[in-house]
Amino acid sequence: MPEIGFDLLLASALLWIAWRALTSPDVFKAVVLFITFGLLMALAWVRLGAPDIALAEAAIGGGITGALLLDAAGQLATTDAAPPRGRTLLAATLALLVALLLGAAVLQIPDAPARLGPAVSAALPESGVTQPVTAVLLNFRGYDTWLELGVLLLAVLALLALRGTSHLQDVRPLTADPLLGGLASVLVPLMVLAGGYLLWLGTHAAGGAFQAGAMLAGAGVLLRLAGHRTVEQASSRLLQVAIVCGFAAFLLTALILLASGYALLEYPAGRARTLIVLIETAAAVSIGCTLATLVTGATPPGAGAR
Amino acid sequence: MNAIDALTLVLLIAGSGFFFAGTVGILRFPDLFSRLHALTKADNLGLGCIVAGLMLQAQTPAAALKLFLIWLLALVASAGACYLIASDARRRQDPPAVPTEVSGDA
Repeated sequence: MPEIGFDLLLASALLWIAWRALTSPDVFKAVVLFITFGLLMALAWVRLGAPDIALAEAAIGGGITGALLLDAAGQLATTDAAPPRGRTLLAATLALLVALLLGAAVLQIPDAPARLGPAVSAALPESGVTQPVTAVLLNFRGYDTWLELGVLLLAVLALLALRGTSHLQDVRPLTADPLLGGLASVLVPLMVLAGGYLLWLGTHAAGGAFQAGAMLAGAGVLLRLAGHRTVEQASSRLLQVAIVCGFAAFLLTALILLASGYALLEYPAGRARTLIVLIETAAAVSIGCTLATLVTGATPPGAGAR
Repeated sequence: MNAIDALTLVLLIAGSGFFFAGTVGILRFPDLFSRLHALTKADNLGLGCIVAGLMLQAQTPAAALKLFLIWLLALVASAGACYLIASDARRRQDPPAVPTEVSGDA
């Protein structure tokens, strides 16, 4: 069947780009290849039948992580001396070991594994949403998502601690291009709209809090790069509240439920959809502001405006 | 294969032809500015042809409009990015390999 050809092409392209990214002496080129790798991975996820992960990979892996790496690469020398031979061999050996272990684990999966799919589909009507991925993330395994938001919060706190300033806004002056400002004026409202759409989509199709959050983060980064005055005028307190509100929404819900006699994060029947929508909205805003702060706040004040 | 499918096929092939030409241009043109030409103009036209071909196959008018919006957004983004790259290169005094006709500010 013709899909095999496409899949083989995609797989070999992934391997080749990964190889080129690892062996490129130019840091900037390596980062660009990494971004391309992320986009091809998104295609691979689509081929594997996981559009949610594909959306998240394209937005976070290709977009946010790419922006972070580009920012970091801009502050390094453009060509570093090649790392010592021993270190490269050690990294290669470890990577090969992990690949072999993964391969052995995959080969040991029984042909008819105990799948969770039917169990999720059976419990889907009580979960409040019709998309199984969102049901698992926000309801059945909401605890895991809560802790993921906690990890993001810790990352932002670590960043702010390292930067040594209590202001979330960057201190360096921006030489903003008027075209970039115009571009931001056109694109940012659309990005916010698309983020809201992805959030609403998550209840019945591929989408959800992380994808919407990544879109909002992109809008935030664009605003920052364009030097738009909303960034200067937005109060630091508002930004702090926005970063914390995702984790806090989960925490508040858990506390209220525990106080009402339910188990931890056990949504009452009939209220599940409302709770999921509320928590997901808070999570999306939180993820967006966190990722935007991670990208734009990562440049220390005083680094030359480029 | 009815007329709509045939038209879609023609548009998709034309689109990939433009993308191919643009990629060859990126690889073969001598300097940054001409490569930007190949990247933005040829690729946007290629994307336009592919989007037009897919719009013919869309199930609902809303889906077709969404595809058109994707093309418009790609146009805006690539035009903005092209300008930013070119102005940054200009500021770094990258001399064009092909002499420009304009004899104003060098």
